[in-house]
Amino acid sequence: MSKLSQKHLLGIKDITREDIELIFETADNFKEVINRPIKKIPALRDVTIANIFFENSTRTRLSFELAEKRLSADVVNFSASTSSVKKGETLLDTVNNILAMKVDMVVMRHASPGAPHYLSRHIKANIVNAGDGTHEHPTQALLDAFSIREKLGSVSGKKIAIIGDILHSRVALSNIFALQKLGAKIMVCGPPTLLPKFIGQLGVQVEHDVMKALQWCDVANVLRIQLERQQIKYFPSLREYSLYYGITKKMLDGLKKEIVIMHPGPINRGVELSSDAADSEHAIILDQVENGVAVRMAVLYLLAGATA
Amino acid sequence: MQKKLILDSDLLNITVSRLCHELIENHRDFTDTVIIGMQPRGIYLADHIHRNLEKILKRSIPLGYLDATFHRDDFRRREIPVKPNENRIPFIIEGKNVVLVDDVLFTGRTIRAALDAMIAFGRPAKVELLVLIDRKYNRELPVAADYVGKYVNTLASQRVLVELQAQGHKHNKIWLINKD
Repeated sequence: MSKLSQKHLLGIKDITREDIELIFETADNFKEVINRPIKKIPALRDVTIANIFFENSTRTRLSFELAEKRLSADVVNFSASTSSVKKGETLLDTVNNILAMKVDMVVMRHASPGAPHYLSRHIKANIVNAGDGTHEHPTQALLDAFSIREKLGSVSGKKIAIIGDILHSRVALSNIFALQKLGAKIMVCGPPTLLPKFIGQLGVQVEHDVMKALQWCDVANVLRIQLERQQIKYFPSLREYSLYYGITKKMLDGLKKEIVIMHPGPINRGVELSSDAADSEHAIILDQVENGVAVRMAVLYLLAGATA
Repeated sequence: MQKKLILDSDLLNITVSRLCHELIENHRDFTDTVIIGMQPRGIYLADHIHRNLEKILKRSIPLGYLDATFHRDDFRRREIPVKPNENRIPFIIEGKNVVLVDDVLFTGRTIRAALDAMIAFGRPAKVELLVLIDRKYNRELPVAADYVGKYVNTLASQRVLVELQAQGHKHNKIWLINKD
């Protein structure tokens, strides 16, 4: 018997360590399922899920859609660029129209932080946040932590450095919450302009030298520079950023220790991570993608199961 | 709460060894037969039977565990979802005779789900069901066991409690409990 403490997955901040562990245990079972020749199970046969994406995504959306289809849910997709949102419809109206067609769950991505939280106060369906602006991206953090647990046996006590554009990253914030709840030590590393001013108050170490961060950590989670969210210049040029903060295979080999390299994708090869580092034996980037489907199946299964 | 003992340790051993011999009667040396225990509680009985069979036949017999949680028909109809368990089927069941093992046969719904779940691992030639306790008069689906340890007449409101040493209990005892 098992149940999450929440009706929605809005952010890692709202869930407990027990919730995360339950999601991981359930995801272990789903990982076995998706590696079978017959990958489909009938668990969510009578559930309809709407994937509502107000912001572009390939990986997350594909991963959610596959997770839903493996669970036999009925899936409808919606992207804002081809919809009536362009004609001036509000968020709540758009979602209520979709729910009027008898949808049980909503997977939502939105450019505004807090958009899924706002919706959760007005609608009955379960909501899974698939990224809200620069705020949270809970399923990414769960799959990152799940991948660390799989690779290193556990998350507790591990040293994890999050390197890159922390300021514009929802992955960073969700990762910090998830990994801290599981007992890891966290360091954030990046140029001062790309670190939030008071990030130290979350109980993380702050470092500006990428080499020191790599020497300290067991796992480096490397983030992309989110140029699309940067309205002003935070650093002189991508070339200069790459020179100071780009991670190469030579740097990793020079550490003379086991280190795990993670990246939530999409990678800008040659900027935050060189090609040879991304393809090296240290990287578990494609394992993260595989685990993403299993973890999302677990989240959808647990949320759907608790509504009865 | 009233408890009535249905099977004790000695009788359980006799029953299990009878079931083993019944299996041998039909499956001879088990060349094309595999044993699959139902998660979560049928696996202990499956282990017990498997151990005895290997001792009697002096050969190794494939043993697997099957979890039917994702195939249940009561998902979203229960207050709390059932927790899934590990599937461990390290062999091909395509074309094999499968002996499905569970501790208690009650409504038959778990077995229906198990038959569904099994198909994901291949198409067995034949499936048989072995249960330790068959609760008569409580079936909700047309499911019957091929090998039965003991038939028990029960009311739907009663509960069968299986306590096995393998599950961490002090003794092997099977009880019928009246909930009142």
